[in-house]
Amino acid sequence: MPRKSDAAKMEEVGIEIDGDLSESDDGATQRRGNRRQAGGRGGVKGRGRGKKPASDDDDDDEDDEEEDEAPRGRRGANRKKLAKKRGGNDDEDESEDEPPKRKRGGAANKKKGGKAQDSDEEDSDVGKGKKGKKGGGKKGKKEEEEEETKGKKGDGKGKGKGKGKDDDKDKKKKKKKGDSSSDSNSNSSEEEESMSEGEMARLMEEVEEKKKLIANIRNKPWRMQRRLKLLKEAQEFVDKFEGALGKGKGRKWYAYKVMMTKKWIKFQRDFENFRTACIPWERKIKEVESHFGSSVASYFIFLRWMYGMNLVLFGFTFGLVVIPEVLMGLPYGSIPRKTVPRAEQDTAQDYSVLMDFNGYCKYSVLFYGYYNDQRTVGVLKFRLPLSYLMVGIGTFGYSLMLVIRTMAKNADVGGGDGEDSDFTFAWKMFTSWDYLIGNAETADNKYASITTSFKESIVDEQENQKDENIHLRRFLRVLANFLITCSLGGSGYLIYFVVKRSQEFATRDDLSWYEKNEMEIVMSLLGLVCPPLFETIAELEDYHPRIALKWQLGRIFALFLGNLYTFLFALFDEVNTKLEEEQSIKNASIWAMKEYYANYSRLMNDSEATPPPMDPADVIRGPCWETAVGIEFVKLTVSDIQVSYLTILIGDFARAVIVRFLNYCWCWDLEAGFPSYGEFDISGNVLGLVFNQGMIWMGAFYAPGLVGINVLRLLSSMYYQCWAVMATNVPHERVFKASKSNNFYMGLLLLVLFLSLLPVVYTIMTLPPSFDCGPFSGKDKMFDIIMETIDLDLPAFMGTLFSYAANPGLIIPAVLLMVLAIYYLNSVSEAYQNSNMELKKKMKMARDEEKNRRNNADTTNQVMKDLEDLLPNRSLIPPAPPEPEKPPEQEPKPKPTKTKPGTAGKGVNLQKDVALASSNPNARGPVSRPPGPRGPGPGPGAGPGRGRGRGPPPR
Amino acid sequence: MGTTASQLSKESLSEYQELTFLTKQEILLAHKRFTELLEKHEKEQIDARVPIGRIITLPELKSNPFKERICQVFSTSEQKDGSLTFEDFLDLLSAFSDSATLEIKSHYAFRIFDFDDDGTLDCADLEKLVNCLTGETNDAKLSSTEMKQLISNILEESDIDKDGTVNLSEFQHVISRSPDFVSSFKIVL
Repeated sequence: MPRKSDAAKMEEVGIEIDGDLSESDDGATQRRGNRRQAGGRGGVKGRGRGKKPASDDDDDDEDDEEEDEAPRGRRGANRKKLAKKRGGNDDEDESEDEPPKRKRGGAANKKKGGKAQDSDEEDSDVGKGKKGKKGGGKKGKKEEEEEETKGKKGDGKGKGKGKGKDDDKDKKKKKKKGDSSSDSNSNSSEEEESMSEGEMARLMEEVEEKKKLIANIRNKPWRMQRRLKLLKEAQEFVDKFEGALGKGKGRKWYAYKVMMTKKWIKFQRDFENFRTACIPWERKIKEVESHFGSSVASYFIFLRWMYGMNLVLFGFTFGLVVIPEVLMGLPYGSIPRKTVPRAEQDTAQDYSVLMDFNGYCKYSVLFYGYYNDQRTVGVLKFRLPLSYLMVGIGTFGYSLMLVIRTMAKNADVGGGDGEDSDFTFAWKMFTSWDYLIGNAETADNKYASITTSFKESIVDEQENQKDENIHLRRFLRVLANFLITCSLGGSGYLIYFVVKRSQEFATRDDLSWYEKNEMEIVMSLLGLVCPPLFETIAELEDYHPRIALKWQLGRIFALFLGNLYTFLFALFDEVNTKLEEEQSIKNASIWAMKEYYANYSRLMNDSEATPPPMDPADVIRGPCWETAVGIEFVKLTVSDIQVSYLTILIGDFARAVIVRFLNYCWCWDLEAGFPSYGEFDISGNVLGLVFNQGMIWMGAFYAPGLVGINVLRLLSSMYYQCWAVMATNVPHERVFKASKSNNFYMGLLLLVLFLSLLPVVYTIMTLPPSFDCGPFSGKDKMFDIIMETIDLDLPAFMGTLFSYAANPGLIIPAVLLMVLAIYYLNSVSEAYQNSNMELKKKMKMARDEEKNRRNNADTTNQVMKDLEDLLPNRSLIPPAPPEPEKPPEQEPKPKPTKTKPGTAGKGVNLQKDVALASSNPNARGPVSRPPGPRGPGPGPGAGPGRGRGRGPPPR
Repeated sequence: MGTTASQLSKESLSEYQELTFLTKQEILLAHKRFTELLEKHEKEQIDARVPIGRIITLPELKSNPFKERICQVFSTSEQKDGSLTFEDFLDLLSAFSDSATLEIKSHYAFRIFDFDDDGTLDCADLEKLVNCLTGETNDAKLSSTEMKQLISNILEESDIDKDGTVNLSEFQHVISRSPDFVSSFKIVL
């Protein structure tokens, strides 16, 4: 019952608010009225919702309290007084910014307050007044909250400055309204236990106050002083009345809750502080940012992100695989897979062998082959093989999740639709300055680039497109793409050729250093030569730098990818030959073992004696293709590190040194002329990072140590590159902002992740593991380890459960369900998009309507007008004095408009002037003139811009 | 940091955290940097003001074309001389911080671009803005026809109610769709 009546009340409040609004803020647009109505309606809902979190006790109390709101007559008066006071306060605050509007609102407030006071008896006790205010304020409060959040959502975009104040004003009004309505409604109900009820109300007030204070105060564009004052007031208030609660179960609970929230908020803040303190390299990146703008910094931020991700991967791999094996597994030399074969032992410690990751390196925890296939290790019965597989899969799972989550977050932050090219000029104007730039040279470059971009876009706008050039440009672009495709194909073939050759070499022993490392060298060289080549070719295309960067990235990406996959295919060939080889070696190994035992028993002449085990170094081994793959990846990674560091050292540092010091004795200016200093190559570096990560993902399963190497690499390159960029590079000539390219990087990363997932999963699922090395030796397939665990370690019913789950009868429906879900989500998102479009249209329409209304208040929007007429108390507000209409002749003449030859100038101009004059928003009085035609809208070409270059309209 | 930090009481520190988008470390750093700008004898005063001339020597603001405007906008000084108290300074940093909302940022951006403080961006404001963005050197300046074309284009795009000026809500409408406003409207100490 109480709830229902409350709802009814609420409706009334909503309407009254509207009425109030139309009284006090006559000129306010109807739209706002609507919003407020919605707020009122929302209040009802908010009521229902607001109750949920409160405990049962609270709930009861509340209900009680609602029923007897009667005794609030006298408090109501105080309330009003207070409201008035606050209104006045508000007034003063608001006068800071927009005097005229504010004054009106304030006046209305005061008037309201005054009126209410007249009708009620006087009460001088201020303290009581405060209390009273709380009592009735409760309901209004809820509304306020609702209203606030609504307002936030509703016009978060639209109106910022006015909003805060408007909200406040509304709140005040609403409070009063709510009070008076509740008063009138509850006059009939009886009075009882006013104290507790008042307190309850106070509690609500506090909650509201606190919420408002914490959530919103920093969002207000006010002066610190004012915010500080408000905050202090609010806090004092809360503290004061929080102290007053002290009896009753519910109250205690409530106080406890409040305290906990306080503590929780404080904890959150501290935690946030702690977290930001933990983010490393803030200052380094900031320094780079201020020198080179945000695009270069975006690379370092990406690097840092990558480092964080790899640190987690490193934690998993080392914590769950490497360290258990080292601590609890068999030591080195105990079994064949952990021992260097006798044939290699002489050279196993040579530097060159170690640098190739052979010798001792090959038989160490860094690689797959070292791990034993014991089901459990140590006293803890740690299931190492299972953990190995899980970590391998988990690495991919975690990376995938992280990348996708980051992408989603970035997309979220990116704000509206960036594709919208409606605002090219305005964006250039308002958002092109990068406030992070703190370096004079960069600033100069930025000035220059902004100027050129202004000039370019003006020229574009003027000539639309250079017709005589378009064919040439198209031809050049096609040519460029052709050249790049050629070089991509060439590099792919080259790698294939080299890999084939290296397989040939593998059978021979007399190899020079070059022949041994041919593949790595060629791949690194290609990575070194091709990107600049592409860049040179891209000059032909003449794209905007941001677009050019993306093309460049895409091309280098294709290059790297092609190389990587050629490399992979070659590797697979090798693996397959090794697998064939393995069978015969396995037989040989078994035969040798038998022979050994036979020999032993023959020599000893004692078939009963158990022979000592064969020396692990002498056992014949299989080729262990997993370790071979791991070594390839590690070698590739290491050579990549070397090449990129050497490039920086030679390409940037040496160049900078030469340019700097030879400049004193050279015949032309080296700094300004040909070599000059290097620019930081964002695209190359980002792609290098992405591909390096791809290699890590692919290789980590076969070489757990690779993750550790990578962490070291990222850590060192953070410092090294930061130093290099600050010491040797100059800012880009055309500084441009990174904008959303972060998500572009992430997209590349995701693609690489997916592509590197494929081969690894393929090998895990199809290839048989080596028979004598690695944690899965002896199994048919690597994933058999899972089956084994299910069979042996889990209770029997789990096994049957899994066998059911693996049944095609279940899997196919599951896949079907997923497809359906995808379809469903897809169509839902489409529907959302449609409704988005619809809303946009509506906004446009509303805007048009508004314009029309301004032009002529009488003719448009009949429905709204009718509504206004129906509202009560319309007569109470004196009609706003009709402002004298300004005839268009008195307008300051527009600056000599720039007409283009060949456009029908005159007539349109005149009409436009009329329209503009009547669209003066302040001229509220009815305009007798029919609305002028709106002139050609945002038409293309010549029309726009004419007649608008004039001073501000009279206010 | 220890000595300077003692000047900020714990209370006001937590209040500042409540009121700004800054974290504790940032506030402490801001305080340190601010006191460095103060004269010796001013260091004890709570509401000491740093004149605009010294504020804009901060490396973070030094090459910003809007440095004077920024100081003017955030200054609470009665003489309109653009001097900043510590609280004004915090206000500034908060508005330019990483976590400030688009609304706050666009509000202050509007105030910064509104050179004559009349609440709208009119042609004169836009012209000044363009001049700020293209730098002081003469060869970079746009010609007057280019300027006119540019301004008319901007008004064409963003002046929704066609009154010849860009007001705050129109400005925010434009800004809110820009992909990189929030990321570039940033100053970090």
